[in-house]
Amino acid sequence: MADEQQSLSAEKKSKSINYAVLKKGGFMRQKQKGYFSMRLSVVGGYMTSENIRTVSEVAEKYGHGYVHMTSRQGIEIPFIYVDDIEEVKNKLAEGGVKPGVCGPRVRTVTACQGSEVCPSGCIDTLKLARELSERYFGRELPHKFKFGVTGCANNCLKAEENDFGVKGGLYVSYNQPNCIGCGVCVKVCKAGALSIDENKVIHKDESKCTNCGKCVKVCPSDAWVGEGGYIISFAGTFGNTIFKGESYLPFVRDKETLFRVADATIQYFQDHAKRGERFRLTLEREGTEDFIKAVKEAYNG
Amino acid sequence: MANNDIQADEELDITDKVCPNTFVKAKVVIEELDEGQILAIRMNDGEPVQNVPRSLKDDGHKILQINDNQDGTYTVYVEKVGD
Repeated sequence: MADEQQSLSAEKKSKSINYAVLKKGGFMRQKQKGYFSMRLSVVGGYMTSENIRTVSEVAEKYGHGYVHMTSRQGIEIPFIYVDDIEEVKNKLAEGGVKPGVCGPRVRTVTACQGSEVCPSGCIDTLKLARELSERYFGRELPHKFKFGVTGCANNCLKAEENDFGVKGGLYVSYNQPNCIGCGVCVKVCKAGALSIDENKVIHKDESKCTNCGKCVKVCPSDAWVGEGGYIISFAGTFGNTIFKGESYLPFVRDKETLFRVADATIQYFQDHAKRGERFRLTLEREGTEDFIKAVKEAYNG
Repeated sequence: MANNDIQADEELDITDKVCPNTFVKAKVVIEELDEGQILAIRMNDGEPVQNVPRSLKDDGHKILQINDNQDGTYTVYVEKVGD
């Protein structure tokens, strides 16, 4: 009986609900009338223990005592009743947890653990994810737009699935005096860019180097040194249409350039996409020529 | 640069170990050595030779040489640094 009453009042209430506003604030409408799955903002998969405790308390008190881990490192708390929304928001805010977003805008920026934690990492992915998020998160666009940051060529974070994928790499140089001629770098170079001569000196074919940085990571004598940088992939999508993001630019060696390219990409999408059209489909409809020109200009500053 | 006259103070074979026990075993043995002593470690091609030398270096030891034994194994000469 109580259930029935709640369901009736939920129905009444749901008529006056502005779904667009709720969606923008991370509330996803559920099949069950009057209930929402609340999406949280989780940048780069990072949550403090305090954040997690808060989420746990909210799920216990206002939801059904569980959370859903999304495919993009986010957390959703299902079964939040419409009347509780404001209270839930306040409760989460007290614990430092912010709501996420759904709908046609820049979504959660994802990241692997990166160079601060992972021995394979070439760049500080969490820092970059936060900077990207600071700059773009929630920005209104013709359709959803996803950023993902992965620390190295192992690609745990699947950069090319994103509209704008960033993959860390290293710009490498050879410091021959340190070299012991062991040849381990030659073995590990998947691109076949390295060779060793009869004097045990390493030679590098610049045109084959993919900046994966494995020579630096594997060298036992610091004969290879590397500076972190970025390989950018554009217009990946992994929903109704599957397309692996493509890289149209050379290795990006500094963050200023990366942000110029990101600005140009977002601007292009804003100006050229139709409502409800994913970036890949915009490029397929218009061709990639103008876009490549735009990002190359940004790349060159 | 190659020097085939390195005299090892101790020898270790980790070709029967798999990651991460390759490095663990090497670490345990090198701990027993005195500063400046040299350990020769025989290990398999692939993951061990790509990871173990680097990990030893990250622990502060000095990799002197790596020899290809032409039988799918390598011998890594490492000098102990620090006590």
